[in-house]
Order: sequence, then structure tokens, then C-alpha cells
Amino acid sequence: MHWVSDILVVLLASAAVGVCRYVSGDRFWRENATELWRRRPFAIAIVGAYLLIALMDSISWVDPASDANALTSGKPRTIIDRLFVPETFTEASYSAPLASVAFYGGQPLLHPGAHLLGTDLLGRDVVYRTLKGVRVALLIGGLTSLVVIPIALLFGVSAGYFGRRIDDAVFFAMTVLASVPTLLLLIALIMVLGKGTVQVCVALGVTGWVHFCRIARGETLKLRETDFIAAARALGVRDGTIIRRHILPNIAHLVIITFALSFTALVLSETILSYLGIGLDGSWGQMIDQARNELSRTPVIWWNLTGASIALFTLVLAVNMIADAMRDVIDPRTRREG
Amino acid sequence: MSAPLLAVENLSISFPGEAGPVRVVDRVSLSIARGETLALVGESGSGKSMTALAMMRLVPKPGRIQPGAHIAFEGRDLLSLSVPDMRAVRGAGIGMIFQEPMTSLNPVTTVGDQVLEAIELHAKLSRAQARSHVIELFGLVGIPDAKHRFGAYPHQLSGGLKQRVMIAMAMAMRPRLLIADEPTTALDATIRAQILELLRDLSAKTETAVLLITHDFGVVNEVADRVAVMYAGEIVEEGSRGELLGHPRHPYTQGLLRSIPKAEARGHRLEEIKGSVPRPGHWPTGCRFHPRCPHAFAPCPGTEPQRTTVSATQAACCHLLDRSVEP
Amino acid sequence: MAAYFLRRIGYGVITLLGVLLLLFVLFFAVTDPDDIARKAVGERARPEVYAQWKTNHGYDKPLIINTGATGAGRFTDTLLAEHYRRMLTFDFGRSDADDSPISRRLREGALPSLGITVPLFVMGLVVSVAVALFVAFFRETYIDRVVLVLCMLTMSVAGLLYIIAGQYLVGQLLRWFPISGFDPNPAVVARFLALPVLVGVLSGFGADTRFYRTIFLEEIGRDYVRTARAKGCGDARVMVRHVLRNALIPILTNVVVQIPFLFTGALLLESFFGIPGLGALTVEAIQGNDFSTLRTMVYLGALLFIAGQILTDISYALADPRVRLG
Repeated sequence: MHWVSDILVVLLASAAVGVCRYVSGDRFWRENATELWRRRPFAIAIVGAYLLIALMDSISWVDPASDANALTSGKPRTIIDRLFVPETFTEASYSAPLASVAFYGGQPLLHPGAHLLGTDLLGRDVVYRTLKGVRVALLIGGLTSLVVIPIALLFGVSAGYFGRRIDDAVFFAMTVLASVPTLLLLIALIMVLGKGTVQVCVALGVTGWVHFCRIARGETLKLRETDFIAAARALGVRDGTIIRRHILPNIAHLVIITFALSFTALVLSETILSYLGIGLDGSWGQMIDQARNELSRTPVIWWNLTGASIALFTLVLAVNMIADAMRDVIDPRTRREG
Repeated sequence: MSAPLLAVENLSISFPGEAGPVRVVDRVSLSIARGETLALVGESGSGKSMTALAMMRLVPKPGRIQPGAHIAFEGRDLLSLSVPDMRAVRGAGIGMIFQEPMTSLNPVTTVGDQVLEAIELHAKLSRAQARSHVIELFGLVGIPDAKHRFGAYPHQLSGGLKQRVMIAMAMAMRPRLLIADEPTTALDATIRAQILELLRDLSAKTETAVLLITHDFGVVNEVADRVAVMYAGEIVEEGSRGELLGHPRHPYTQGLLRSIPKAEARGHRLEEIKGSVPRPGHWPTGCRFHPRCPHAFAPCPGTEPQRTTVSATQAACCHLLDRSVEP
Repeated sequence: MAAYFLRRIGYGVITLLGVLLLLFVLFFAVTDPDDIARKAVGERARPEVYAQWKTNHGYDKPLIINTGATGAGRFTDTLLAEHYRRMLTFDFGRSDADDSPISRRLREGALPSLGITVPLFVMGLVVSVAVALFVAFFRETYIDRVVLVLCMLTMSVAGLLYIIAGQYLVGQLLRWFPISGFDPNPAVVARFLALPVLVGVLSGFGADTRFYRTIFLEEIGRDYVRTARAKGCGDARVMVRHVLRNALIPILTNVVVQIPFLFTGALLLESFFGIPGLGALTVEAIQGNDFSTLRTMVYLGALLFIAGQILTDISYALADPRVRLG
């Protein structure tokens, strides 16, 4: 399945480049982006750093010269893998951060003082595992949105714009899906579809599109009644053109804000899935879940939990702050002077 | 003449802006005598509503009244009153009605209860007494079927009736001053006349002074005793109704009057004042009206015109009236 | 008004039928009943045992059209018809995992679940509405900003971490409450529920407070608030008599919608703190591949949600005179 996520990374990266080009070409978006950067430079830098790590963990290749040994068994390795060399950078079991002896037993470590956040039960470096989690977290949010946003826009906008039968059908589908409590629907979908990155993201997408769709539909309904759309219709502009030229640009800001807000919800809900045993492999949720009983040991093993929790908390906080600022910047009603 | 009922001196209001505080009202002084109706006229954005809110100490956050201002009401400085004392003035000493009767009433409470609250807050009456007082008030402001209307919700009443409820609420405690902020702007023309008549009758009957805020000289003509004209946060001219309507001295007042449609000027193109009111924070230097003024001359962009008395009751701020700067 | 309620209930019923269709697609069409049976009885079971299990659990019929039957039976003697009939009559059958009757387990789990969700719901609501009202009162001051930052921080922590940290701090370091377990005896039940309720309230605090604050701020900006102040209302009276009263309508909408989510929100709490409620039952069903129990839980969750929505709309209509009196 590795090629699936490779394609997705390429897709996500090109989407990001496209958005950047659009933003720099359009005055409204350029000004908002500048204002956003002025207000939340740290949060944006943090998200940028996460993106960089995820990208470094997505570019992988097989180097015939150095990888042709038994340890890596010829699998492609990413930049992060090459930096840490997880195959050899391990210990027998737990070790405290920067310790030089093992946590239990006190034997000398293979790499004394080298594990910034110690090692876990299987002796794996916690910093390495935490960094590997970045890509998983961004995939959950990014991949799901990639599935959700086009579908939601298609259904929401056409329901709002054309009304009547289409609206009835879309509205009914939305009501049915929204009637099932999200977590239960998510669980049911994953149980039925099976575990795995794509399956989990599809399940998150199915539960997530309703929210987007409702916003797109509501906003389109409102826009359809405005004078400039009425004027365009009166002039005989084709529906497709009206949607592309007038409606989509006017709901873009809402889509972006909703995306930012749902991103954090997605990443946080993955931890719950991990606890239920249906999360993504290598996610922070799994790290937290695996480490949840370590606090009850004496002496306490805290670093395993700390690594994943702080990485998760920082990302979610940064995105939350950006989303909040974005709402203030884009929505002139809440824009405060000064 | 005895001391005025209300005297505002040197009132400035500012809001925080991107580059420091922005003034929306600038050194306004005016006074109202007992029983008198003063019309405060100006285009939207001239600061007239903010001036009125300042008299109630209801300038919305984060706006601030600049230090150095005095608002004397019946001899007391409202700006230095304690919060509970000021609360006692609101509603009892000064009543206020607003432009939008549709949104100015609480949608989930009956109109009777809302007027009742205005009484409860200031007088110790039993509920039954207060209730009968409210019904009496409803009759006074011309709400038909008052008993039945007591239990109505705002959305069940027409705009005109809602404004009558607002007037009943403001007049419930027989205030000495009624501030009416564009009371007829949101209403139909026929209802407008009825409401104005009601205001005039009430103020005459109860000897209540009225501060009427409007942009409509038709309204001024019908009810005002005196008129003050505001432009870009300042009062540019004031005088009695007859003086201002008959012999306006400030070019802005003249322009406003010329832009009213008149029956005898049929067929002629209606005159207008070129341009629009400058936004707060973007006021021109010197005389703030000079970029739009047809008579602007040398001193206008540079120096601020002083207030020049024209008669015992009329004064205006314009270089044309100032004999020291002859054109 | 009555016509409105009837129409609303009618749409609710149609939605419920849609949910059942969704469940059918997920649990019968996408998941192969043969797979479920094989998982339950084991790969190497004899064909008779396998067939018997399918019959016992009602998986032995064709999906949509029964080619073997005649007349109406072609459509009624199928999994689809059976699924609708059983769900609508609350005949949930037996667990796929351990053969216990599901309805009995539902009855057993309901009380412990309510024991945790009701206090959680009430406390969460009171705390966040009170804090939001307080913050809205002090809007644009440092109190407001501090609380907003706190909300943002608490919102950014995973729910799982609250549970882990709560168990560790309160249960192990301070030893105030038991870490987990349950005893229905009313004298001691609070000791077991205190910690999960505390954790639950904390994890929902940030988002709820911010939401209610926004509602309050929106109401504070309205013209009628200015009118109330102009007639001499004090700040506290304005907040309670005017702002809160108007804000109750959107708050109500949010609150009723939350009722079924409590049912699922207790999923993690119950399972983590060893409370034998419906949430724990669901987690067990997930871990034991117990499709019939899971199906029932999803159905009940949706049923509660739809009922909650209808209740919201009705209470909304009754609370707002603009809707009530047309």
C-alpha cells in the first residue's frame, strides 16, 4: 500500500502549491495571508515545521550502495529513516531520556546519552517514533479533506444552487448521516471496511463531509438570493459559470476555516480510534495508547507518553490558533480594530 | 433664562484604531432648555448618534469619552456620577428611543413586560399598579386596545406600534429629557407624521425637553424649536428653527437645505452636496467641510474656523463669517 | 402548530428508515454474513454448527429477494425485511460474540450509563454556560483573554490524555477517588463516578465555553440590550434578564443535540473507568467483532439523536414567541 500514500503525498503537495499560487495572485487572499502571518507567526512556523518533517518522512528511495544489507531488506527508506537509522539505533527495552544505562537492570546502553526522550518497551527511540507520527497525523487531516472537500462542494453547492429534487436528495442523505452519532458511525465504518490508512481516512471522510456539505449548501442558498447572482442569471450566464466564477470564490473562505477546524478534530479523534484498537499504525494515538499504563509503574515511565502528547498538543494548538485568527481576519464582522 | 436642563461641554469621543485612537465626536458643546425641542441634524457618520449615546453614558465599547468633557443634567455632572446613580438617571431622568423599533425591543418578552420593567426599575409599585400604569401609558401613546396589547410580543406589532411602545417605555417615568435617535427613519411616511405628532403632543403636555436626532429637515421643520447641525464630529451651526431654515449661514447647512425637494422647484435638477462625509480618522485639516464647499477660499484648508455669533441665538463655524479673514 | 409537529415527527420517521437502510448496507451488504459467522464459530467448525449459528442469529436468509419463496414472501422473508422488522420492534436478538440476549445487556447497562452521563451533562452545561456568561460580561478585558487562552489550551489536548492524566493525578498521586470500578450502591456510587465526570467536564469545557461565549456576545451586541440599558437596567440584570433569556434559544438547540452524544461520549470514559454501561458494552463489541451488538448501538444512538432533534425543534418552537405565535 505504500504507493497509495506516495501518490497522496504528491497530490497534497501539488494542491498546496496550487493554493499558494492562487493566494499570491489574488489581492484579497494575499492581503489576508499577510495579515494572518502578522498575527500568528509562531503558529504558522510550527505548522510549517510539521509539514517539513512530514515531507522529509514522505520522500523515500532505495539506495543500492548503502541499503543493500540485510538490516533494511531493500525497502525504500525516507530521509527521517536515514537520519535515525532505526534498525541499529535501538536498545533492549526502556531507557530514560539521555540515560546511559537501561531502565530495568542497569546494563550499559548501546547508545548512551543519545536518546533525547529515551526508548520504549521495545527499545525504540521515542524521538524517532514521535517524528514518524507527524506524517500520520497530517495524512489523517490532509487525506480526509482531499476526499471530503470536493464531494461536499459538489453536493452542497449543487443542492443549494439547483434546489428542488437535488436539494431534497442531498438534504435527506445529510440528515441520515448526521443522525448517526459520529463516533459510532466511524466505528461501524471501520469495522466494516477494515483497518488501514485509506480505510480509516475514508471512514473519517464519510462522517466528515456532512458538516462541510451543510455549510456549502447553506452559503450557496444565501448567495443565490443575492443581487449579483440574480443579475448574472438575468444576463443569461450559464449555471456552471456562475458557480465557478461567483459561488465557489465566495464560499472558499468558509471552506478553509472549516477545514482548519475539522483538521484538529480529525487528529484528536484518531487517538480515540487508537484506544479502541482501530487507529492508524504509527500514530501518536497509538503511542499514547500503548504508553497509558506506564504511568502506574514505579518509578514512573513518563517520556513515552510525553513525546506523543506534546507533539499532538503543539500541532493541534497551532492549527487551532491559526483557524481562530483566520476567522477573525477573513470574517470582517469579527475583525477587531487594532 | 435659567440654567439649561442639559449642558454638554467639550465632548469628544474616540475609538481605538489601527494607528492610535480615532475621534468620532470632536469638542461638541450644546445645551437644551426645559421643555425645548432641539434637533441635531447631520448626515450618517457625522457623530450625532454617538453624541446622544454619550449623554446616557452608553457609548459602546471600546469607545471612550475623552477627559475634559462635561455633561451637566439638572446641575449634576453625569460623567462623574457613580454607576448606580447614572442608572437612576437613565429611564427616569432621561428617556431614549431608537431608530429601529424592529430590533430595539426584546423579542422574547411581551411589550407590556418591557415597559413594566422600565417602571419597576425606578419606582416601588405593586405589579398590579405598575400594570395599570403601563396600560394607561399605552393609551397615552395611542396604542389601541391597550389591555390586549400588553401581552403581545414585538413581532406581533407593526413598526409604528412598536415605536409607540418604545415611546411609552421612554416616557414611563416622565423623564425631563427625551432623546429620540432618528425615531421615524425606519417608518412609512404616513406613520412618520403620526409619530412626530405624538412626540410633539407629549412633549408639550408633559413639558419634556426633546433632543431629536435626524437627517431630515422635514422632521426638523415640524417639531424643532432650535436646530444644531453636525458635520464630521463637530457642530458647525446652530440657531432657532426660523433662523436656520430661513437664513442658514454655514455653506453645509445651505447645501443640506438646497438638497431637499421642493414643490416650487419642480422641473429643476435637485442640487446635492458633492462628495460624501469623510470617515472618522480621515477628516480634512482646517475646515472639515472645505473639500466639498462651493465657497472654499484661502484660509479654509489651513486654519480651523472659529465659532462666530450671528445673532443672539445663531452661531456658525465658517471663515466666511469671520471678519478678520476677509476673502 | 400541531401540523408542524406532525410533519416534524413524520420526517424523523423517514430519517430513521434511512438510517436503517444505511445500517443494512454496512452490516449486511458490505460485510458478508458468512464472514461474521466464520469469525464467530471458528474457521474449522463443522458445516452443521456453522449453519445452525447462522439460523440462530438470523443471518440465514437471502439479502433482498428470496427466490425460494413465493408471493409476498419473496420480499418479506429476506434479511432486509427481517432487519427492519426486528429493529423497529426492538427485537435485537443475541450477541454475535457470546450469544447473550442484547436487550438484557442494554437494560443492565442503561443505569450505570445514565449515572455518568446525566451528571456529566448537567455539570458540563452549568459550568460552561456560567463561565461563558462571566467572560462575556468581562469582554475585551484581560479576564476574557485569559479564559479564552485557557479554553484554547484545554481544547487542544486529546480526550484520551485527560483520562490518563486524571487517573494518574487524582487516583494515584492524590488518591481522592478510586481509579476505576463501579458499585451501584447509592451510598458509594458517587465515589466511582466523581473522577470520570470530572474528566468528562474538563474535556468538553473549552469548546463549549467558547461556543456559548460567542452566542452571548452576539446577543450583547443587539439593539434591545441597548434599549434595556437606556431604561436603567444594571449590567447584571441586562445579562440575566435580557441576554441569557434570548441566548437560551440557541443554547437549547445545542444542548438537546448533545444528549445522544453523551451516550457515545461516555464510550471512552466508561470503558476506561470500568463502568459497566452502554459505552463499555460498545467498546467490548468492537473488540470482540460483535456486529449485532454494534448494529444495535448505532441504531439506538441514531434513534436517540432523531428524537433529540425533534424535541429540540419542538422546544425551540415553544421557547421562541416568534415561532410559537407565528
